[in-house]
Amino acid sequence: MAAPIAIHLEFGGGAELLFNGVKDHRVTLPSQSEPWDMKQLLVWIQENLLKERPELFVQGDSVRPGILVLINDADWELMGELEYQLQDQDNIVFISTLHGG
Amino acid sequence: MPIQCSSCAKNRAVLRRPKTGHSLCKHCFFWAFEEEIHQTIVSARLFNRGETVGIGASGGKDSTVLAYVLKVLNERYDYGLKLLLLSVDEGITGYRNDSLETVRRNQQQYDLPLTIVSYEELYGWTMDAIVKQVGLRNNCTFCGVFRRQALDRGAMMLNVDKICTGHNADDVAETVIMNVLRGDIARLHRCTVISTASDGEGAIPRCKPLKYAYEKEIVLYAYFKKLDYFSTECVYSPNAYRGHARTFIKDLEAVRPSAIMDIIHSGENLSVKEGVKMPVQGTCSRCGYISSQSLCKSCVLLEGLNRGLPKLGIGKHHRLHDKILAQQALTEKEQNKLKAIEF
Ligand SMILES: [Zn+2]
Ligand SMILES: [Zn+2]
Repeated sequence: MAAPIAIHLEFGGGAELLFNGVKDHRVTLPSQSEPWDMKQLLVWIQENLLKERPELFVQGDSVRPGILVLINDADWELMGELEYQLQDQDNIVFISTLHGG
Repeated sequence: MPIQCSSCAKNRAVLRRPKTGHSLCKHCFFWAFEEEIHQTIVSARLFNRGETVGIGASGGKDSTVLAYVLKVLNERYDYGLKLLLLSVDEGITGYRNDSLETVRRNQQQYDLPLTIVSYEELYGWTMDAIVKQVGLRNNCTFCGVFRRQALDRGAMMLNVDKICTGHNADDVAETVIMNVLRGDIARLHRCTVISTASDGEGAIPRCKPLKYAYEKEIVLYAYFKKLDYFSTECVYSPNAYRGHARTFIKDLEAVRPSAIMDIIHSGENLSVKEGVKMPVQGTCSRCGYISSQSLCKSCVLLEGLNRGLPKLGIGKHHRLHDKILAQQALTEKEQNKLKAIEF
């Protein structure tokens, strides 16, 4: 069994509009048999945090193209993307590039 | 497992560059990003020493990064430019107020003078009032046409030599696709050009220093530099057609990031065969702005608003422009055609 983990989620660049305008979320992911990965986190976010228009955030089992993901301040493309295994106290940032100014 | 920077091999990489595939640390990324914009500016000879350059500033990510980088490069390479911020207030309650606040903070943070011109003072109409009359269907047309001219008018008031805007590589690729989809050959021909000359009286030369900068890098540059920018959706319905083109570009980029540069490259190298009818640029007989018709789009739209015939500038009604110019009355049939608004 993997113990529950506490992580920090941040939404910006307009992505926060899909989460009631709330940018910062400190959440605890429940204990499960396997370690949490990003793919499971996206499902969890959809079920627990996403308030509206899920199609603007997810596409298939990944984020919608145009939403950047940073894992502990590094581009998730360098971190294994969906396969990245979450650690306690990780900081995950989602930034939309799709919103104008 | 952290990946090392492929440039300095010292620090942890923070991003993979979409354009090159290189993994860079923060420091090397900042340098590469700024140097590429410098190269764009130098190789396309966008500016001359001593010029006053107005930066079209919306408070959004692109123009915020543009203002910041231009200020850095102007100092680093001693361009000798006088930079200033130029913003347009469309008069959209709850949308522009906040973003103009951001521009005001940028003015302080970057120590650049700021001028705001409003639709209300230029045209006598706010976007809120326009939407009340035209509904949510064609409002983007009004806003786009008015904004373009508003920047020019503001720039003229300030005696600016050039205007630069924050259009990035993704925007340019998107516009190429849009113009292909619309069959708009004249715009397709023009839209990849990095700077427009001062053709015609009412227009000030414009350029796009971020033309080859990927949106991903602009956003990450702003994020890692902690630049203060504003992001929102316009409260009025967005341009759905452009939205499709945008989604399409992003989907392509996810599969093959070079697609964006490749689309720009295709646009740049297209040549229009002989015999294709291209609009002849003249000037608007009412306001002097560049126009391929006797009245510019902005004057036609404005005339429509003022006469309570908001559809005047939407679609093809060139035949009626001459009548309006001559202050002739329209027939009832013509009027009805221009009144009907689909919501
Ligand atoms: Zn480095
Ligand atoms: Zn005009």
